[in-house]
Amino acid sequence: MTVSNNLRESIMRLRTILASGVATLALSFAAQAQTLVYCSEGSPEGFDPALFTAGTTFDASSHTVYNQLVEFKTGTTEVVPGLAESYEVSDDGLTVTFKLRPGVKFHSNDQFTPTRDFNADDVVFSFDRQRLDDHPFHNASSGSWEYFESMSMPTLISSVEKIDDLTVAFNLSRPEAPFLANMAMDFASILSAEYADAMAAAGTPEMLNQAPIGTGPFTFQAYQKDAVIRFLRNDNYWSDPAKVETLVFAITPDASVRYQKLQAGECHIMPYPAPADVQAMKDNPDLNVMEQEGLNVGYLAYNAKVAPFDNRNVRKALNMAIDKQAIIDVVFQGSGQIAKNPIPPTMWSYNNAIEDDPYDPEAAKAALEAEGVTDLNMKIWAMPVQRPYNPNARRMAELMQEDFAQVGVNVEIVSYEWGEYLDRSKAEDRDGAVLLGWTGDNGDPDNFLGVLLGCDGVGSANRAQWCNEEFDGLLTKARQLSDQAERTKLYEQAQVIFKDQAPWATIAHSVVFMPMRKEVEGYVVHPLGGHIFDDVSLAE
Amino acid sequence: MLKYVLSRIATFLPTFIGVTLISFAFIRVLPGDPIIVMAGERGLSDERYQELVQQFGFDRPIWVQYWDYLTGVLQGDLGQSFVTKRPVWDEFFTLFPATLELSVFAMIFAVILGLPAGVIAAVNRGKFFDRALMSTALVGYSMPIFWWALLLIIVFSGNLGWTPVSGRIDLRYYFPDPTGFMIWDAIASGQKGAVTSAVRHLILPTIVLGTIPLAVIARQTRSAMLEVLGEDYIRTARAKGLSPLRINGLHALRNALIPVITVIGLSVGTLLAGAILTETIFSWPGIGKWMVDSIFRRDYPVVQGGLLLIAVMVMVVNLTVDVLYGFINPKIRKR
Repeated sequence: MTVSNNLRESIMRLRTILASGVATLALSFAAQAQTLVYCSEGSPEGFDPALFTAGTTFDASSHTVYNQLVEFKTGTTEVVPGLAESYEVSDDGLTVTFKLRPGVKFHSNDQFTPTRDFNADDVVFSFDRQRLDDHPFHNASSGSWEYFESMSMPTLISSVEKIDDLTVAFNLSRPEAPFLANMAMDFASILSAEYADAMAAAGTPEMLNQAPIGTGPFTFQAYQKDAVIRFLRNDNYWSDPAKVETLVFAITPDASVRYQKLQAGECHIMPYPAPADVQAMKDNPDLNVMEQEGLNVGYLAYNAKVAPFDNRNVRKALNMAIDKQAIIDVVFQGSGQIAKNPIPPTMWSYNNAIEDDPYDPEAAKAALEAEGVTDLNMKIWAMPVQRPYNPNARRMAELMQEDFAQVGVNVEIVSYEWGEYLDRSKAEDRDGAVLLGWTGDNGDPDNFLGVLLGCDGVGSANRAQWCNEEFDGLLTKARQLSDQAERTKLYEQAQVIFKDQAPWATIAHSVVFMPMRKEVEGYVVHPLGGHIFDDVSLAE
Repeated sequence: MLKYVLSRIATFLPTFIGVTLISFAFIRVLPGDPIIVMAGERGLSDERYQELVQQFGFDRPIWVQYWDYLTGVLQGDLGQSFVTKRPVWDEFFTLFPATLELSVFAMIFAVILGLPAGVIAAVNRGKFFDRALMSTALVGYSMPIFWWALLLIIVFSGNLGWTPVSGRIDLRYYFPDPTGFMIWDAIASGQKGAVTSAVRHLILPTIVLGTIPLAVIARQTRSAMLEVLGEDYIRTARAKGLSPLRINGLHALRNALIPVITVIGLSVGTLLAGAILTETIFSWPGIGKWMVDSIFRRDYPVVQGGLLLIAVMVMVVNLTVDVLYGFINPKIRKR
C-alpha cells in the first residue's frame, strides 16, 4: 500500500461518510429492534474462511455469512444437505456428484448486486481457487489455503467438474469416506464467482476477504477492527430465516470482562468462561449455563521408538500411575472429563465398552519392576500455551511429576516457545513424553485416529511415533468404506488395540460451557466448537 | 532557535535507520517460526513448509530481506500482515485513533490531577496532606494495572452500574465509516446520546491508564517544587509580601515545570506503546493489543511495522519536548 493509495482511500472514505450520514440514523434505530449481542473472544483474521484456520474466524464467516454444499446439523456431527440438495457416491468411490439447490440468492452490498442465483460455477470457483496454482484467485489475498492443504485435499481432488448449472462432480484420486464430512468444513464454504469477477475487474480482489458475500443466514454489514462485527438477517435465505434481525459480535478478549458484560446485560451470550467463574454463573438467576463435552482430547504421548517406552508394558504401567481425577479437579477445575479413548464421547464409533487403566500406583510400580525398569529418569514436555484440552500444561506436568515419583520415576519438566515446541516434539528420537491435544475438524473418527496415530504421521502429527500395522490396517480399510455402520465396527476395534498398546496416556476431554442470559432461546452447543446463531431468539 | 531545531531534526535520521534495524532484528531474534506457529497442532508437510518459506521470502539472505524492508518503508509500504493479509499501514491507522484518544484523555487526567497534587504536597511538606498524597501516589504507581482495572469494573460497572463494562460506545450506535476518534464520530453523527455514551465508555480506561502517569507526575512535581521553593528568589518574593498563590503558582511552578515536562514527554511514549493491558481488559481496539497478538503469532511485518511507527511517534513527541525546552529555557538553545 503506497501513500497515494492511502490518500485515495481516505478521500473515498470521507465521501462515504458524507453520503451515509442520513442512512446512519436510520440504521442505528433499526438496530435497536431484535439485536443479539455475542461477546466473542477474539478478532477474526478475515472473512474468507478458506484462508484461515481459527474457530473465531469461522464464527464470523462460515457460520454466519456462508453455506457449504453439505453441512453439520447444528448440535451434531451428522452431515446433512446444505447448498446441495442431494449427493451420490459412485460404486468405485472415486466420483461424488452433488445436485445443487435451485433458487439460492447471494447477498449484495454497496459494490455488488448479484445478477444470477447460486450455481455450479460458484462451486467450481470456490474449490479451484484453492486447488489450482494458476487460478487467478489462488494468490489474490496472499492466499495460503492451510486447511485445504492440511486435509490433503490437493492430492485427493483430481478435478471439479460442472455437469450442468445445478450438478457438480468431484473426481477423487482414491476412495475416501471422510470426504463428505470434509465438504461440510469451513474451507469448503461457497463464494460467489460473480462477486469475485466483479472485484477482480475493479482491481480490489481483497474485498472477497474483507466484505464477504455469501448465501448464509446473515449478511455482513461492517467490521470495526478488534471491536465490533455487525450482521443483518438475510431475508432471502433459502432455509428458515434467522430469528433475530441484527447479530452483533462485541469482541471482548478477557474472560472476566465478558462475564461482567453478560451480567450487566451488555451481551446475551459469551463463550469460554474462566473455569473459576462457572459455579457463580450457574448460581446467577439471570443466567443460564449450557454445557457439553468438547470434540477434543488432551494426551501425554510417549515416544514409542525410544527405550524403555518402546515397551508396551512400561507405557501401560506409567498410565496406571497417573491420577487423572486429580488433574480434572486441579487443572480443569471441573471443566473436564477423564478420557479413556483417543476420540471424544460425542463422536460416532466411540467405544464405551473399553475400560480405562485403573489408577493404581502399587501395581504400576510392580509392573515397572517386572520389566526391570528402576531409577527411570524421563522428561515431560509441557506446552507453553492454553488450550481447551489443556488449560494449564505446566500444572498438569507437575501433577504427573508427583504421580511418577510415587512409582520411582524421576521426571524433569521441559518447555519451549510454542513454535519450537510443535516442531521439536515431532522428532522421532525425541527425548521424553509430550503433553499435547487435538480438536476435531469434521467429526469423523479418522480425523483423530488417522491423523494422530496413523503410521504416515510418524515424524509429524503422530507424536507417539507409534506405528502399529494392525491398527493402521483397520484405519485404511475404514477410509475406503462409505457405510458408517461398517466403519464404526473397524474404529471400535482400533480403539481396543490403542488401549492395549497405550502409545498415549489419554488425559481429558474438555467440557465446553456456554453462559447466556435467561432471555436467550434456541441456542444449541455445537460439538465441533462453532457458535451458530440461526435459531437463536430473545424472549421479550 | 532555528539552528537548534534543525540540529534536533538532524539526529532524527540515524535514529530512524537504527529503529528500522532494531525492529527488523527484534522479532527475528525471538525463537519460533511464524509458519509453524501459523500451522499450529495441525502441522504441515515439509514440501508445504518449503513453499511457504518461499512465498514469505524467508529463503533469501537476511540482508536482502532487510534491504527490501527498508526500501519498502521509505516508499510508505510496511508490508502485509501474515495473519490478516491486510497492509500493516491500514491496520495501524485503523487502530491508532483509539489508542491516541485514550492516551490523550489519560494524559489530561494525569496532568490535571497530578500537577496540583504535587504542588499541594510540596507546599505542605511533611504535613498530613503531603504524606497522604505521596502514599496514594506510591500505591497508584505500584498497583498492578490488571487488578486495578478489574476492581474498578466490578465496583463501578458491576455493582453500581454507573459505567459500561467495556468497549468504546454503546452497540446501538453505529457509524458506517468512522474516523476512529469515537468522541468526534459521535459528535459528527449527531445521534442523540452518542457523545454521552462515548464519554461514559472512556471514564474507566482513562482512570486506569492515567493512574501511573498521575503518580509519576505528582511525585516529580513535588520534588521539583521543593527544590525551587528553597531558592533565594522565592524567599525574596515572600519577603516582598506576595500572596502564597502567586509565589507557588507563578514563580515556583513555572521553574519547576522543566523536569515535569520531561516526565510528561516520556510518559506519552509509554502511553502510546504501552496501553496494552488497559486495551485488553476494556476491549479497546488499539495498537497495544494488536502488537502483542502479533508478537505471539510471529507476524513479522506487523511487529516491525508497528514498532517502527510507534518509535517514530515517540521520536516526534521527544523532538517536540526538546523544542519546548528551548522556549521555556533559553539557556538550552545555546548549548
